This record gives sequence, C-alpha cells and structure tokens, in this order.
Amino acid sequence: MAHEVASQALLYLDDVKVSFDGFKALKGLSLVIEPGEMRAIIGPNGAGKTTMMDCITGKTRPDEGEVLWDRGAVDLTTLDEAAIAELGIGRKFQKPTVFESHTVEDNIYLALKADRGPLATLFHRLTGAEAARIDEILATVKLADRRLELAKNLSHGQKQWLEIGMLLAQEPRLLLVDEPVAGMTDAETMQTAALLREINASGKSVVVVEHDMAFVRELGVKVTVLHEGGVLSEGSIDHVANDPRVIEVYLGR
Amino acid sequence: MITSFLLKALDRRVSLALLAILAIAVLVPVLNLAVPEGSPFHVPTYLVTLFGKYACYAALALAFDLVWGWCGILSLGHGAFFALGGYAMGMYLMRQIGTRGVYGNPILPDFMVFLNWKELPWYWTGFDHFPFALLMVVLVPGLLALVFGGLAFRSRVTGVYLSIITQAMTYALLLAFFRNDMGFGGNNGLTDFKDILGFNIQADGTRSVLFALSCLTVALALWLSAAIVKSKLGLVLVAIRDAESRTRFIGYRVAAYKTFVFVVSAMLAGLAGALYVPQVGIINPGEFSPANSIEAVIWVAVGGRGTLIGPIVGAVAVNWGKTWFTAVLPSLWLFALGALFVLVTLFLPKGIVGTIADWNAKRKATPTPPAGPAPAPAPAE
Repeated sequence: MAHEVASQALLYLDDVKVSFDGFKALKGLSLVIEPGEMRAIIGPNGAGKTTMMDCITGKTRPDEGEVLWDRGAVDLTTLDEAAIAELGIGRKFQKPTVFESHTVEDNIYLALKADRGPLATLFHRLTGAEAARIDEILATVKLADRRLELAKNLSHGQKQWLEIGMLLAQEPRLLLVDEPVAGMTDAETMQTAALLREINASGKSVVVVEHDMAFVRELGVKVTVLHEGGVLSEGSIDHVANDPRVIEVYLGR
Repeated sequence: MITSFLLKALDRRVSLALLAILAIAVLVPVLNLAVPEGSPFHVPTYLVTLFGKYACYAALALAFDLVWGWCGILSLGHGAFFALGGYAMGMYLMRQIGTRGVYGNPILPDFMVFLNWKELPWYWTGFDHFPFALLMVVLVPGLLALVFGGLAFRSRVTGVYLSIITQAMTYALLLAFFRNDMGFGGNNGLTDFKDILGFNIQADGTRSVLFALSCLTVALALWLSAAIVKSKLGLVLVAIRDAESRTRFIGYRVAAYKTFVFVVSAMLAGLAGALYVPQVGIINPGEFSPANSIEAVIWVAVGGRGTLIGPIVGAVAVNWGKTWFTAVLPSLWLFALGALFVLVTLFLPKGIVGTIADWNAKRKATPTPPAGPAPAPAPAE
C-alpha cells in the first residue's frame, strides 16, 4: 500500500524521524505531495517545519524513515544539497537569502538552469535564450526596473520576490517556500499569493510553509498542520480550522 | 571559448593596469642597461632586483586575493605555495652549479656531500632540466592545494578553522624542511646559485630579464584573475563568499569551486616563488614561516581585497615601506606593520583601491542621481 502511494507521488515522506542531541525534531512525519499539487503547511514554532525542509533538501539526514522523489525513483536521503537541487527541488529560505553584492539580474543568472560544473561555468556565456528567460522572470517577480540594482539595496519584500525569481530560474519541479510573506505588507502578501498560484498553475508543485492564516486562506489549497514533529491534521483550511486538536494547539488548553 | 574568456577580462581599468605593468617591465631594464651609470635616470641593479622582488610579492598577493577577496577563503598558509615554487626553482638552480660547488661534485649539491650522501634522492631526478623544473613549480603547489583544499572543503571546513589548518600546514612544512634528511638543505636551504639557463645569475642582463619576467607574471596573474572573476564562475565565487549555503541549494558544488580557485591560486603563488628565488639568491625554510603568509594578508587588506588592482598596490606599497622602515628603524617594523593592519581594518576596510573606487562612484553619482530605468546590459558577445 505504502509503495503504491509512493509510486504516484512527486514527494513521499514516510515515518521520518530526526533528533538533535536527544531533542526529537521529527517524530515519524509522513507527507505525500502529488505532481502539480500546491500544499500549505502550518504549525506552531518548533513543530518541525524547517527540519522537514532540511530533510527534503539534503541539509539534514533523517535518523529513520524514507524520503522518496519522483514516484519513488530517487532516495533523497543519499544525496547532497547540490544533487537534490539539480533533481528539481528549489528552496526559499525563511530569511530572504539573496546574493547581496550581485545585481538583481546576476542573482537570476546564477540560478538559471545550466551545467553546474566549475569548468562549464568558467567558460559559460550568456545566451540569447538565457537573457530572454531572465527578462521573463524579472517581469514575473516585478523587478524588471531594478535589474541593475545590487540585491542588498532591495526592500525586504523585494528580496523575498527576488528569491522566488531565483527559484523559478532553476526550473524546479517542486518549490519549497518557507514563510514567503513574513514582513510583507497586506498588498504584497496578496500579490505573493497570486504569484505562487500562477507558478503552480504552470505545472510546478509548491509547498508553502507559513504562519499567516489570511495568506493560507488566500492560497485556497490543502493544508497540513504539523505539531511536535508529526502531522496533526490535514485537509481544507476550513476543515483544519475547525479541527478541535488544531484549535487546542493554536489557542492553548 | 578561451579567447572570449580572456578578452572579456579586458575592461578599461584592467587594460590600463596591464599596459602600465608592461611599460614598467620594459622601462626599468632599459634605464638599467642602456642609460650610463652617471646619468640621473640610471636605475642601479640593486633596485632592479628589489623591484623584481616586489613584483613577485605582487603576484603572490594577486593569487591570494583570488581566494580571499573573491571567494572568502582566508588562507593563512599561502606562503607555503610560494615557498614550494621557490624550492622547485632552487633545485633546478642547485643542479646548474655542477662542479663549481665547494666540493666539486658534478651530481650532488654541496649540502648532500657534506651529509655524506652517495647519490641524489629520487625526488631530485629531472630537476636538471629547466622545463621539468618549471612544470614542478606549478604542479607541486597545485597538487598540494588540490589534496589539502579538496579534503578541507569537502569536509566543509570554513572560516577561522580553515585559517588555522592552513596555518598549521605551512608550519608543518616549515618544520619538515628544517630537517636535514628531507634533502632540501635543512636550515640553510638552497643557495650559492651560479647561473640560470646558462646565464650568470648575478649579471645585470639576467637581473633585468628576471625583473621583466616577474612583471609579466604579475600581468598574467592580473589578467587571469580578471578573466576568472568576470566569468560566470567568478559570480559563483562571490556568491559563495556572501551566502555559501544558498549557493549550495541552487545546485552548485561549493567544494568543487573552492578547490578550483584554491588550486589556480596555489599555482600562481608557486610561479611567483619561482621567480623570487633566483633574484634573492636563496630559498630556505624561513619562507614557510606563518608570518610570511600573514604579511600577504596585510598587503591585500591594505591594497583592497577583491579589487584586482588593490593587491598589487598593497604588496608594492607595504614592501616599499618595509624596505624604508627596516633601514631607518629596523626594530619597530613589526609594530608598524601591526599598527598598519589595525588602522586599515578600522578606517579603510576596503583598502586603498576600494576606497578610491568608492569616492569615484560617489562623485559620479552626485551630479546625476540615478533616475529612471538603467540602460539595458550589453548583450552577450
């Protein structure tokens, strides 16, 4: 049964356990992301959201459990970050992390899908197709007029968008987006939700970790609630919002 | 592919610097050889050699800046690569002495006769051939950098830990080369060189050619550095310097990039060391001293890290200061050097060249504040 599920899923986590010095960050987390799906993941601090992302992207090795990619074809626990990125899993960090001393367009250029070997990179020249792709991405994330600006001069929200643009440039099949609207204005938050929906509509799977309930509601997708390293509840936003266990965790006893 | 890679490096600043270096490479030998000694324009031979030494330091500084300024790897052992290149050249020069040594042994250098050795150790084989020695000048430092850097970067040793182990590396080599049974002349090192490629090493002409070659090496190092930092790989290096883990999540193998630039840098440092030895006439384990590597850091910090021209300016300026200072107040030099480093870190964090570049940028920005969309970047060549 489990392998039947795995053989359909883009990303399949089964009974993943991680502990750091005795602290159990993940206690048997299971999660299935279908191809083309967008999923929101919520949960209080310490629920294991970031550790889950670390397990998927190769930053942390699970102590136990399976992390399978592409209908069970690849075991992600055996690969390093760079190899996983090349498989088509892009990650946006909670704190916006862009290359501050590069221009906006160079940030995108570096992220563009291309041969990542040092020699290929040394002799690489920007092709017309790449330049067009950079234009396209900058238009999508609304940074076209700031393309020659150094990334450090962008506002917080713009950095978040640049990072999403970098994700797009990698042409991933799955985007892991950690708190994309932290520190954004309401208008920016709604624009970001629209942007993520647009990305999802283009056929990419998206996993969004977020605290902001208004944002999650705006996304309008299936929600997974994490709590203390496992899945507490799963379903539509209205379903989980009315789940007594979720209410207890969020509102306290 | 290679041509476009090299041509892309030649922006106005780099081209001007290259021209200036080449002009000095020609001018100083001409003023030494063609201008009679009484003339005020005559450059005495001792100055030619001194400037040649500065040029070697400048090449070392450029090599070091490639890893520190652009990729954020604070190696405190770069003097080791310089010294290894120097030893490889020293071994060739020793073999050129032939029967002119004190003991007149046609095969064995004096120190080996003195130690009662009967035959040349296997690792001295081939060093009587100049092309082989030249190959070793870059291969030995390159190989050490490949193994040492490769292991360190794969294990994700970064920051101060990397600085400490590179420092330990050069110190270990210092101790090893001090031992007589290593076969590199122990404490005294290699010296008493007679000629290089058949030319008397003391002759004015040879000195001038060595000076010109040192300048060419600086030019080569500058051009290569510029080509590397302006390539896409150069963008990746800066990305690693500023956000290493982000670079990794985009799919770049950070360890491979760091190893690449570390090896290129070590090879350049080896070449600089090889030109240094015939000019100063000696190579001994002191060149492995950790203090030498730290001095190179100071040159680059003073000149401006990550500015291409800065390391050259810093290496020449600090060493000029050292030459002057050690003549006037020898006992105070190290204090002056320490104070210089502290002052530069506090007041000129971008170094001389970086600060001037900032001023220029500000001056240009003041009359015409950037308004409207900036012009589109040049299309790909």
